[in-house]
Amino acid sequence: MLKANTDIIRLDGAEKRFGAVRALSGVDFHVRAGECVGLVGHNGAGKSTLMHMVAGTLMPDSGRIAVRGGIEDHYSVPRALELGIRCVFQELSLCPNLSVAENTRINHASLSGFGWRRQAADLITAKLDEIFPGHSISAADIAGDLSIGRRQMVEVARAFTVTQDPLDLVILDEPTSSLDAHTAGQLLAFVRRFVASGKSCILISHLLGEVLGNADRIVVMRDGKVVASDAAKAFDRDRLVTAMGGAEARQKAAAETASRPSAGPLRVRARPARQEDGKELVAHAGEIIGLAGLAGHGQTDLLLAIFAAASRARAGIEVTAPVALVAGDRQSDGIFPQWSIAENIGIRSLARLRSGLLISPRREAELASFWREKIGIRTPDMNNNILSLSGGNQQKALFARALGSDAGIVLMDDPMRGVDIGTKLEVYDLVREEARNGRTFLWYTTETEELDNCDHIYVFKNGRIVANLRRDELTEEKIIQSSFGDAA
Amino acid sequence: MASLRLLLAKPWIWSFIGALLVWLATIAFTGGYGGGGMITAALSLAVFTVIVGVGQMFVITLGPGNVDLSLPANIGLASAVAMKVMDGNDAMIAVGLLAALACGMAIGAANYLLIWALRIPPIIATLSASFIIQSIDISYGRGLQIKPPPGFADFTNWQILGIPVLAILTVVFTIGAAIALQRMIYGRSVLAIGQNIRAAWLAGVNVGRIRFLTYTLSGALGGLDGALLAGYFRGANVDIGNEYLLASIAVVVIGGTSVAGGKANVPGVWGAALFLVLLLTMLNTFGVSAGVRLLLTGLIIVGVITAAGGQKALR
Repeated sequence: MLKANTDIIRLDGAEKRFGAVRALSGVDFHVRAGECVGLVGHNGAGKSTLMHMVAGTLMPDSGRIAVRGGIEDHYSVPRALELGIRCVFQELSLCPNLSVAENTRINHASLSGFGWRRQAADLITAKLDEIFPGHSISAADIAGDLSIGRRQMVEVARAFTVTQDPLDLVILDEPTSSLDAHTAGQLLAFVRRFVASGKSCILISHLLGEVLGNADRIVVMRDGKVVASDAAKAFDRDRLVTAMGGAEARQKAAAETASRPSAGPLRVRARPARQEDGKELVAHAGEIIGLAGLAGHGQTDLLLAIFAAASRARAGIEVTAPVALVAGDRQSDGIFPQWSIAENIGIRSLARLRSGLLISPRREAELASFWREKIGIRTPDMNNNILSLSGGNQQKALFARALGSDAGIVLMDDPMRGVDIGTKLEVYDLVREEARNGRTFLWYTTETEELDNCDHIYVFKNGRIVANLRRDELTEEKIIQSSFGDAA
Repeated sequence: MASLRLLLAKPWIWSFIGALLVWLATIAFTGGYGGGGMITAALSLAVFTVIVGVGQMFVITLGPGNVDLSLPANIGLASAVAMKVMDGNDAMIAVGLLAALACGMAIGAANYLLIWALRIPPIIATLSASFIIQSIDISYGRGLQIKPPPGFADFTNWQILGIPVLAILTVVFTIGAAIALQRMIYGRSVLAIGQNIRAAWLAGVNVGRIRFLTYTLSGALGGLDGALLAGYFRGANVDIGNEYLLASIAVVVIGGTSVAGGKANVPGVWGAALFLVLLLTMLNTFGVSAGVRLLLTGLIIVGVITAAGGQKALR
């Protein structure tokens, strides 16, 4: 009983599914008063889902949430705020058209009447002075005009301002991602002072040094489960990396590597725009090249730059064959919702589907039915609307669009998001087969297991290539070491 | 029965049903008198709306925000250019038509240049362009009412068995436009861009070129329309295109083309154009005042769009 009372928040057996994806499977998690909990894990390990539950933005499908020992049946964001639980999410949430003071007022309904703007300004300025002494932010600055680092400073400071509601627990999701070393140090020192005063904090960071140096206890998540939870002193860098990635050695199919043809002619040579040293991505015919690293560290940008370079010459990028792209974000980058499956597949190959000036319906149907067989699109009729397919089958149609085209280079932008394992395995086989036939694949993925299909892996960090691994030197630990490297 | 249901599922059928109902109501009122003449007149006038309507349809299909508001000014200027070049001389008819087309294409290309180079939303770009075009027209035309060559005027009024030849030619043109929309790379690309411009780019569609072609096409059709209107109404005039701003958009929408883009159909433009012209004739026949006529036109257009839209939502 005593223990329950010292828990600010406690989740028991929390589960959450998004369609076919199991984001959380039975997670127990708690935060005690006066404790800083570090939370680490890969993209998609379930950290964000778990934090959304703590903050009240998501409800678990099953499981219990208790705050200070009291079960919360109707937990929500307003309820969380009432109980003193706040969150600074990774996505910056300031209104860009409002001033810093006005943004502060959004969180504090009690600042009302004449002079609310000045009260809000005083509140945020005092907190900024406390956390980031020497900052040069004025409360009258418009949020959209501030640099991304300063926006993050305002966002963090705002979460720590207090008027009516209490403040006991703050979730900091990658709070230092846009801060330089100096301000990050100021923030972490403040977090320690905050925790020393009996309050609590959850710190999510991909910089393992930050977590090791500032958390009291570290929770490691992997595949929607908590795989390790221990005092921070009990961890070192290697133990964390091992816990996050799984220590089991991956069996490489040596025979398959040998059966690959030696590198063909050059297909792509590309240097990321922010690359300062001489590293560049090189791909030859018949190769599958992996782009690894944390999400949003420049992999997609480079793929798009290569895509654009195929139609219009660009400095630093050389492309020697037609290019097709398989989008990962199907809804915004991929499908045409008004069209049939066949039309969605044919759009990349219209020039080849012509007879004379007109598109031949017969050839379009042939292309569609060929790929329906080959990639196994499950539908009674390829003339049905694309939206009649499940997500995985829509993704197969997008693969068919790219693989059915004349493209010698296929760019894949994390295409397996939200795709079930059966579909994945089918597509992996197809990709390897197409590569043997001389196609080149550039494959950005956030799922480390997929890199086993690649001949060569480039690890990205902050828009740059930081490591270049051959297939035989590929280990999960190596990728993680490179992409989490504090010094790189 | 099944084929009837299939027909009713076509978004364009509603505009034809509307046109038919309006026509029946009118001849019921006149006791059957003048039914044939009414169709001839409706065809003659609908042609001009159909030509610009098809151009507007391609533009609107490019997706939200895409619309060509410069058509009325374009029509006005092209009518003046055509009449000046023809200069009342039958030998210059072809040259005058080409000049009107070139004038319209230049306007369309300039529109896209504004949209692309200055990143102005199409509504603003084409609207501001229309003010510039209008000023050019006023200083160029100087209020002169230049008469068309007699051969050209006769041609625009020529009928065979009560059917205007211009209407027959326009039917042929719209069949071509329908084929271009559904079966040519150009049309497919327009539909793809209208559904999702980013996905279209990533699927290899040359987005910039297709948008440029579409605005140029709309401009060219506006120019052609100006020349034909000047021939039909016996003279160019700054205000000759004024009613085609709303009419060109109305026929596209009533005809079943999606304002959200990516979904278009050509037959509906014909049905809607006939509907609008017949509606006006009906209200004139009933002898309602100008104010009531405008009110009823507005209400009936809203009604038709609701009926057609409601049908779509059911599916």
